[in-house]
Amino acid sequence: MKKLLSAGIVVLLISLVFVVAAPREGTLLLEGSTTVGPISDAFAEAFQKMYPKVSITVNKTGSGNGAAALVDGRCDIAMMSRFMKDKEYKTAVTGAKPFLPVAHAIAMDGVCVIVYPSNPVKALTREQVRGIYTGKIKNWKDLGGPSQAIVPISRDTSSGTYETFEGLVMNGEKMAANVEYVNSNPQAHSRVKSTTGAIGYVGLGFLDSSVKALEIDKIMPTRSSIAKGVYPISRPLFLFTNGYPELGTLVHEFCTFYLTEEGQEIIEAKGFVPVTAY
Amino acid sequence: MHSSRPQEAAGFNRPLLLSPGQDLRGYVFDRLGRSFLFFITFLSVVAVLLIFFFIIREASGFLAGPYVKQFFSSTHWYPESREHPEYGVLAILGGSAYVTLVAMLVAVPVGLFSAVWLSDVASFRVRQIIKPVIEILAAIPSVAFGFFAVLVLAPWMQTRFGFDTGTNILNAGVILAVMALPTIISVAEDSMSAVGMEIREAAYGLGSTRAEAMIRVVIPAAHSGIIAAVILGVMRAVGETMVVWMASGNATQIPSPWWDLSKSVRTMTATIAGDMGETVQGSVHYQALFSIGILLLVFTFGLNLISEHLLARVRRKKEA
Repeated sequence: MKKLLSAGIVVLLISLVFVVAAPREGTLLLEGSTTVGPISDAFAEAFQKMYPKVSITVNKTGSGNGAAALVDGRCDIAMMSRFMKDKEYKTAVTGAKPFLPVAHAIAMDGVCVIVYPSNPVKALTREQVRGIYTGKIKNWKDLGGPSQAIVPISRDTSSGTYETFEGLVMNGEKMAANVEYVNSNPQAHSRVKSTTGAIGYVGLGFLDSSVKALEIDKIMPTRSSIAKGVYPISRPLFLFTNGYPELGTLVHEFCTFYLTEEGQEIIEAKGFVPVTAY
Repeated sequence: MHSSRPQEAAGFNRPLLLSPGQDLRGYVFDRLGRSFLFFITFLSVVAVLLIFFFIIREASGFLAGPYVKQFFSSTHWYPESREHPEYGVLAILGGSAYVTLVAMLVAVPVGLFSAVWLSDVASFRVRQIIKPVIEILAAIPSVAFGFFAVLVLAPWMQTRFGFDTGTNILNAGVILAVMALPTIISVAEDSMSAVGMEIREAAYGLGSTRAEAMIRVVIPAAHSGIIAAVILGVMRAVGETMVVWMASGNATQIPSPWWDLSKSVRTMTATIAGDMGETVQGSVHYQALFSIGILLLVFTFGLNLISEHLLARVRRKKEA
């Protein structure tokens, strides 16, 4: 009898091992923010390498659409560059299939304000940056620099970086007509690098010695100041799920992938800051 | 008598009369072939019609909505503003006009002089080499021109002319001019060559120099083809997207003073390409972008009709 029991336990353990180690199958549907999109894309790619039978679809339609899709049950994970709004929470908990949305902060997004390297201006307040982009401040001499016209450069309005900047700096005010738009972080970087009067903004990952990042509200954008959330133009990026995902499921593994070494490398490679305390 | 003749000798051993079955089959295959070719050709016509239909359908909500007046009267383009979105297209129209005008100011004289040289001055052998080289210019992808504009031309303009910003009207215009050149040169050269040798010889016979023959006889005779060449160049410049998106700076403003070509502007094509990514389908912004699309379409469609008309004239002349 004892033998049988132990044999049974062994069989159970072996089958458990098999369940855990079994190559994953199934599909995963993500929808939402275009800012989080590139991270999810890279995560999905890593998953596909680990589990060839898993198919992951990432739809980048905007945070609002992501929340709506999660509430309607049209996706497994909503990617959001902001927290869910009260109204979205309410429709989730009072809807036809009520559930509690759970947030996973997977990375921090910090937007650095950059200028030409020889520009003597070292620090600005958010208000001053807003003044530049609304056209109230037109010359560097008003900010303690040389007498030179400011050339403000912005990302295109459809980018997540623009969204962050707009939300945390512009305060609902409109950008001036003379603001130039470029369609990628590298292009913003190269325009500022080659234009003496320029000011622009890029993700932390695009900083290097050929442009100068400014202190904003007396805080320098660094990996640690953004991860800690003290740098003013930074925000967490979220994945939202229907309740906390069941442990060991594909959704759970995806939502905790940012904790792995590979996940953190991906986040840094995409120009974001991993959420770590070290 | 001929029945006794060996048929192989005639090399023709089929009966001259088709059987009813063969006749019918021939008829059916002929019809099938015709309708197949018709269908294939018709596909591209259908594509044009569908594009028209689709763009008009997507824009109709906007053009019937409350923002139309603002669309045609305001220079403020703030479609993403949460509190007060504005959908004025004038600055964007102006941007397209500026960039195209500069491109033509550069490309038309250069293109015409090159066409004159190619058609009347250059020797046959030189032309055999030069013409394909110019046509290669048309094969360079526009994003490559865009890179050149941003990474080379923009910094150069800043250091050389002291412009505040290097991505501006002049930059985009010059690059567009280079891109329009192959079209202008090759169409203008064709129409000048189409003016017959005998006309030139008659001009020489009356004692005119080569320059006089060119200016007084050949160019006036080829004028409709030359105008068509210019229009095709304009269409190339107006419709180009990638280069202006990268080189023009995309600031939604009408330059002040108006002649300041060092200001950056935003064109219709760049606005559509840049904004379309994130707009919510069916939103006012989305429909406004399609309305810009209609403007662009009407403009290029009109130009296309005119150039077709003029080119048909050249063709008739060539045949005569």
